[in-house]
Amino acid sequence: MRPPPPGEPLLVLDGVHKRFGNVVALDQLDLAIRPGEVVGLLGHNGAGKTTTVRLLAGLLAPERGTVRVGGGDPVTDGPSVRGQMGVLPAALVVDARLTARQNLRFAADVFGVPRAELATRIDATLALFELTDRADQKVGGLSSGLRQRLSLARVLLPDPEVLLLDEPTSALDPVAARQVRRALAKLAQDRSRTIVLCTHDLTEAELLCDRVVVLERGRVVADGRPVELAHAHGTGGVQLDVAPEDVERASQMLAEVSDAEVDRDGNGRLRTRGLGRDAIPALVSHLVRAGVTVYEVRRLDPSLEDVYLALHAAGELGARGRTETGRASAVTP
Amino acid sequence: MNRRAIGAVVRRDLVVVMGSKSVVLPALIVPAMLLVVLPALAGLAPVLLGSVSAGDMFRVLEALPPEASRRLSGDPSTQAAELAVTYLLAPLILIVPVMFATVIAADALAGEKERGTLEGLLLTPLTDRELVVAKLIASWVPAVLLGLAGAVLYALVANLAVMPQTGHLVLPTPEYAVMALWVGPTFAAAALGAIVLVSVRSNSTQEAFQLGGVVVLPVVVIVITQATGVMLLSVPLLLASGLIALAIAAVLLLIGSRVLSRTRMGEKLG
Repeated sequence: MRPPPPGEPLLVLDGVHKRFGNVVALDQLDLAIRPGEVVGLLGHNGAGKTTTVRLLAGLLAPERGTVRVGGGDPVTDGPSVRGQMGVLPAALVVDARLTARQNLRFAADVFGVPRAELATRIDATLALFELTDRADQKVGGLSSGLRQRLSLARVLLPDPEVLLLDEPTSALDPVAARQVRRALAKLAQDRSRTIVLCTHDLTEAELLCDRVVVLERGRVVADGRPVELAHAHGTGGVQLDVAPEDVERASQMLAEVSDAEVDRDGNGRLRTRGLGRDAIPALVSHLVRAGVTVYEVRRLDPSLEDVYLALHAAGELGARGRTETGRASAVTP
Repeated sequence: MNRRAIGAVVRRDLVVVMGSKSVVLPALIVPAMLLVVLPALAGLAPVLLGSVSAGDMFRVLEALPPEASRRLSGDPSTQAAELAVTYLLAPLILIVPVMFATVIAADALAGEKERGTLEGLLLTPLTDRELVVAKLIASWVPAVLLGLAGAVLYALVANLAVMPQTGHLVLPTPEYAVMALWVGPTFAAAALGAIVLVSVRSNSTQEAFQLGGVVVLPVVVIVITQATGVMLLSVPLLLASGLIALAIAAVLLLIGSRVLSRTRMGEKLG
């Protein structure tokens, strides 16, 4: 994989179209990712995230358009492209019938880690992912969280330049997901790798990514920095702390003025998104006039969740037919 | 060719196969039945069941190729025992390499899909050809080694059972040596070619093994025709059947290597 000229993207999908039978997976997708960027690919199941990863890794060939990784074609230059690429697919990359160490040894041999460094690299990687005490245990006996950590360890062991991570926390319990997210955060801060993170976890994307690209039905419907997107598409929300006896009434009143659902936490605090900053004074005045005792009003900043809600409201997500044609809307910011 | 990466895939597959009950159990039971119990019973039949009449044996000897009947010595019962282990049951040694090539290849190819590890393997820097070569080595080499070990075991048991009666080693005969060293490996290669094609369409080891089970049929036919005297295997016939198996293997593997392209498999990942 050749480093691109300064300012040029490392990963490029240009007008890519891909179908599986009659189902359009990618529809004229344009996407360009610069070296060192941490890009989140967001979207529902079937939005085209996994297909994008597989195209970049050379497991699929586009029907139309071009895919380039470091200037090379991932299908025809597959071995050199994949040699510098660590891909964590949604499926397991580790073999349940091997031990953790055997899985890492396999990756080291296949990706050509120098023999002299084998033992130290494997031990260091096991230690980094807190797997040293499980090193000689069969992977089939590990929890899903440990398996996912091992998968990530296997992907990172060869020290790839590009990381494609397909929903790395989707199948994990909250504790395991947090552990994996923490490991990813370290990688994201490092800045030496180009990372594409496919997820439908908006908090994860907001936390880890410099830039997010929202895909829907194989097309880009939003592309930008999380904060920029949130402010461009999101309205934010409000959190209210009211007297316990007023919670029910306040909740009903809040639901009348908000587009989004009203959540209630264990302390009786009410929270809703999809409510603009300008609407808050009128809301509070309305509540007070109705006799609701309001202790605290807190404005919630726009978030990626708002982007989703706003795109939904605008009919961008979920509503368009798969046969729609036309150029996807955004590329590199 | 990236030998280190191919070696890594072969080692991994062998470790996985050795830990697989679906491979290890048949590896113990089938040879024990076919290559130990049957030749032992056949070789010890004169001792266990009594004598065979000279008239019966004369009719059997008439049907044998001259070089085969010349080799038999002793009384009719001893000749019958020697005939059973050197001719009639000897083709059973072909079942071992063919069966294990089938079982191991099904596990190594369709098993990757079943275990969900295929995508991880496709994401490695190995070329399509290197992947196919690695899978073939991982399946064919152990099958052939097991076949050779089975042939040695069969010869050992047959000699132990019959030698006390004949006073000399009855195996290996030239036909037996050709079967063990040439026909077994080439039949295993042909079986492997068939399994490669079947595995592309199968989503589980069991399905691949069931679909590919027909590859054992030619061996069963040989065993039956030999045992019933319909066709007695000679060295030229064995050499020719090995050549035919090799040609079939070459054609099937050529087709299989085209079918097993990364992007074709990528389309089916789901």
